[in-house]
Amino acid sequence: MLNNIPILSLLIWLPIIGAGIIVFGTGQKHKQATQWIALITAMITFILSLIALNEFDSSRYYLQFLEDKSWIDSLNIRYSLGVDGISLPLIVLTSLMTMIVIISSWNQVKLRVSHYLAAFLTMCGLMNGVFASTDAILFYVMWEAMLVPMFLIIGIWGGPNRIYATLKFFIYTFFGSVFLLIALIYLGIQAGSEASGANFNIFDMHSLVIDADTQKLLFFAFLIAFAIKVPMWPVHTWLPDAHVQAPTGGSVILAAIMLKMGTYGFLRFMLPIVPDASFEMANFMIVLSLVAVAYIGFVALAQTDMKKLIAYSSIAHMGFVTLGLFISFSLVANNHVEAAVMGIQGALIQMISHGFISGALFLCIGILYERVHSREIGDYGGVVNVMPKFAMYFMLFSMANAGLPGTSGFVGEFMVILASFQVSFWIAAIAGLTLILAAAYTLWMYKRVMFGDISNDKVSAMEDIDLREKIVLVSLALLVLLFGLWPAPLLDVMQPSVQHLIDCNLVSKLSAEGMCS
Amino acid sequence: MMIQNQLLAIVLLPLLAALVVGLSGSLPRVWAHRLTVFAVAMSCILSVDVAIDQLTDQASPLNYNLYTWAQFGSFSMHVGFLIDDLTATMMAVVTFVSLMVHIYTVGYMKTDPDYQRFFSYISLFTFAMLTLVMSNNFMQLFFGWEAVGLVSYLLIGFWYKKPTAIFANLKAFLVNRVGDFGFLLGIAGVYFVFGTLDYAEVFEQVNNGYTDLLIPISDDIFWSATTFLCIGLFIGAMGKSAQVPLHVWLPDSMEGPTPISALIHAATMVTAGVFMVARMSPLFEQSEIALNFILIIGGTTALFMGFLGVIQNDIKRVIAYSTLSQLGYMVVALGASAYSVAIFHLVTHAFFKALLFLGAGSVIIAMHHEQDMRKMGNLKKYLPITYVTMLIGTLALIGTPLFSGFYSKDAIIESVQFSQLWASGYAYICVLIGVFFTALYSFRLFFMVFHTTERMDDETKSHLKEPSAVVWGPLIALAIPSLFIGYLLAPSMLSGEYFDGSIQVTEQHNSIAGIVEHYQHPFSLALGSVSHWPLWLAIAGVFTAYMVVVKKPELATKARKLLGPVNHILENNYYFDKIYINYISAGGVGLGHRFWKWIDVGIIDGIMVNGTAGLVASISAKVRHIQTGYLYHYVFVMVLGLLTLLGWLYWTALNH
Repeated sequence: MLNNIPILSLLIWLPIIGAGIIVFGTGQKHKQATQWIALITAMITFILSLIALNEFDSSRYYLQFLEDKSWIDSLNIRYSLGVDGISLPLIVLTSLMTMIVIISSWNQVKLRVSHYLAAFLTMCGLMNGVFASTDAILFYVMWEAMLVPMFLIIGIWGGPNRIYATLKFFIYTFFGSVFLLIALIYLGIQAGSEASGANFNIFDMHSLVIDADTQKLLFFAFLIAFAIKVPMWPVHTWLPDAHVQAPTGGSVILAAIMLKMGTYGFLRFMLPIVPDASFEMANFMIVLSLVAVAYIGFVALAQTDMKKLIAYSSIAHMGFVTLGLFISFSLVANNHVEAAVMGIQGALIQMISHGFISGALFLCIGILYERVHSREIGDYGGVVNVMPKFAMYFMLFSMANAGLPGTSGFVGEFMVILASFQVSFWIAAIAGLTLILAAAYTLWMYKRVMFGDISNDKVSAMEDIDLREKIVLVSLALLVLLFGLWPAPLLDVMQPSVQHLIDCNLVSKLSAEGMCS
Repeated sequence: MMIQNQLLAIVLLPLLAALVVGLSGSLPRVWAHRLTVFAVAMSCILSVDVAIDQLTDQASPLNYNLYTWAQFGSFSMHVGFLIDDLTATMMAVVTFVSLMVHIYTVGYMKTDPDYQRFFSYISLFTFAMLTLVMSNNFMQLFFGWEAVGLVSYLLIGFWYKKPTAIFANLKAFLVNRVGDFGFLLGIAGVYFVFGTLDYAEVFEQVNNGYTDLLIPISDDIFWSATTFLCIGLFIGAMGKSAQVPLHVWLPDSMEGPTPISALIHAATMVTAGVFMVARMSPLFEQSEIALNFILIIGGTTALFMGFLGVIQNDIKRVIAYSTLSQLGYMVVALGASAYSVAIFHLVTHAFFKALLFLGAGSVIIAMHHEQDMRKMGNLKKYLPITYVTMLIGTLALIGTPLFSGFYSKDAIIESVQFSQLWASGYAYICVLIGVFFTALYSFRLFFMVFHTTERMDDETKSHLKEPSAVVWGPLIALAIPSLFIGYLLAPSMLSGEYFDGSIQVTEQHNSIAGIVEHYQHPFSLALGSVSHWPLWLAIAGVFTAYMVVVKKPELATKARKLLGPVNHILENNYYFDKIYINYISAGGVGLGHRFWKWIDVGIIDGIMVNGTAGLVASISAKVRHIQTGYLYHYVFVMVLGLLTLLGWLYWTALNH
């Protein structure tokens, strides 16, 4: 059915076209029309992503829905797209969260609505582009371009200290990207031939034979670019500032999708292209991941600003993703292939699940903020008295953040801990601290904000969630429960691609021996 | 197929009722209890039916998967049920006590504005507890384990305006999470050794002589993986079943409404740890270190928590410490490999302790929510039904011959005596002395509340009357099994036939064999108790209580003075709370604060990030004339630089 429809191109360009329509068409004057067009565009994009998921043949690891057009012929840079079981779920997540953000900001944004919504739609298209690109330069263009709308969202609609936060965010990530570009150009040249010039196909880069020293250089280039994005300790300090200053929608996209770009980069570039260097550096990466889980968990405990707290919690939870990815090397080396699959799949599930949960928590904080105009925990207390319905959803997401079994927050962490025990008791034990730490910082925050008697007049004036807010929270709640109770369908989509990654891409690239095509 | 639908109905009916009552905002109050009571009653009837079939061996044990939760190659995790004698017994006990508590709640929570929410929670609890006991694998076990913890958290904090309640529920959840940390590592250990999380597959490997693995802790220290995973799992049980030093949450959990104290914090959830270890009996049999560890923890809990019961003045706290001590008894039985005896005590305890809590609740309603026993006295005159049923419960608890607690508790003491493990001597002394203190605190409560002089104010006195039938009905319904269940079950429980198949004991740990050898008719056992220590210790305890409460109250004050520092330690609960709150939790937050301010803000942001920015700024100040200060100019220069770089790379590659 989809043979003749360029569905990936639609997923990229449809939201961008929608953005163009509301900026240049309806504009600021027709606020309702603008919002409706934005919503309908986002809905169609989401439905298209579901159609793609439905049509996707999850029994195969191959790239699907391929598109390939020439773009910059002189440099052999092509507009080529395709998805596998790793990237497709992220595209669905991106399209879903964009739709949710548009619903959640309905009538809430007063300043330049059309620009605000257009920024989110543009970002959606570009992020889908990041996940769908199979050409490294196209990937890089999307990767960089996506920063611009986020930069604007924080810089224009953000809090009082937004300029500092945007600059920090921009310079941090741009700094990382420079190294990525150099690495990609180098690889493009290596993958090409003298006769035909450079070759920027990412998957051709996967089968390159690269010597150990070069792998190490490339490893660090990738590491700087992607670790900043995840973010990994110690290059994480831009995230709490960016979150605190960002408007609710910006925080949601930042936490739910943008952080995943970093770990997606690890999966798509670092692990398959420089497996020997990654193997050698795996312990280093595992230590950084554990620092994220334990150290950042303690830091989160000390926060009094709800957004900062959830931002730190995000870093800690992303630690499980990087942990799941980098334990796979030892597991494969020790013939625990099943556990390696489980670790990587756990990392992927954690990426998706963290998208739902952190997104939902930022939405919850946004709901509180709209009513009281404060993010300080101390300004709240006893909210459950006036917002019992909200309290229920907020409780569910808090518990999911604490990794309660039955919610999606449990699945990835459980798998990563099971897999890492195979490598070392200590890794599992330190990662397992999340059980205590995540519960402590999340539920302590919940207690101080929600429970108790009404603490002040602002709280007593709060109104419970309306239909719009309910739709948003219910849909995320259902997803959190669905994938908590039954993660198998999601795992099935990813499984062949992850298996292929382990069988063919984590093998040594020092010589052409033993590599599969 | 029929039985599978029946099992599904047992689990899902309470869940369905909880969802309907909890999510439909404007459901009338009567429908809240009609729906949930109906669902749990159905669940109870169906469970009893399953139990009868299983226990009379009309049906063979069932083990099947409902659906695949996740699959990785040959390793898969499922959701499924394992139904055998052990599970069926637990199902019947859980649903029966839950039903009684549902009915009781109709009266107890009559005037509470959040009536619907309460019923929703207790039904949800029933669902969670059933998934826990019926599970056939560790993943689902962990789900049920945490789900009951969640509902316990919600119910302790049910009155969310009370600062003490919301402190207690957070404390309960976090202390349990500390236990779950061990539990999760234990589960990971199971996967490490056996490569599966399915009970049946694990037990099969154990029975077919598996090879234990070693866990490297450092370069030259290796732990037996089986010992490690058993202790890990047991640390989980220490959290859930409130064993020292993770017991601190249970006394505070009394902040919740009394019906849940009976259901969750006495009869069912807190026994989940005991159930889990019994379920894993084939595994625990493999590790003597773990069994010794269990004996020490259980013995300590049984005795030292009993001491604390003696000095409490809050009626619910006395029963809470009693619960801690009795859980210690069950755990001791587990350590002595007398798993079936532990479950026997779990069952009898579920009835008489639920009875005691609900009786205390009846007293509390009559006293208009006064819980201090010093303000009660002579209530037998006003609450005759509560008085008689509480007496039955108390006699059962202290192990009066013929009452249910007698058979199970005596069996525990005997099995510890027969145990060959080195820690059994310590545990034996603990449980033996514990008998005296059990009788002392139980009858101290009983005399203070129901006898002695009337110490309440006239206002309260004028309203004192027996609460409605929905309150005293469940008391009677629980008093009956508290009387007879021990006598009825003793023949099969003590002959070791009851749990044939579901519990495994190796030859060298078979402490029950001694009991089986000396086994007599329950009636003769009761007669024979006059020649054993426990009976006389209990009588001494009752007598002491009588002396210090009724006859010579000044003795209590004297004893307190005489004990001086010991009393001080007891009144501070052995300083556990102080250490946990002042050092561990405050220390954790303080550590986080220091990490944040010193490392994140100080070093990373202060020196590395802003320092670099400052350096750039100072350099750029010198070359200011060519800088405009606009960001897009900088970006332009950056892009230009990149293009140059790109061009250079491309050029060199072409000339390569």
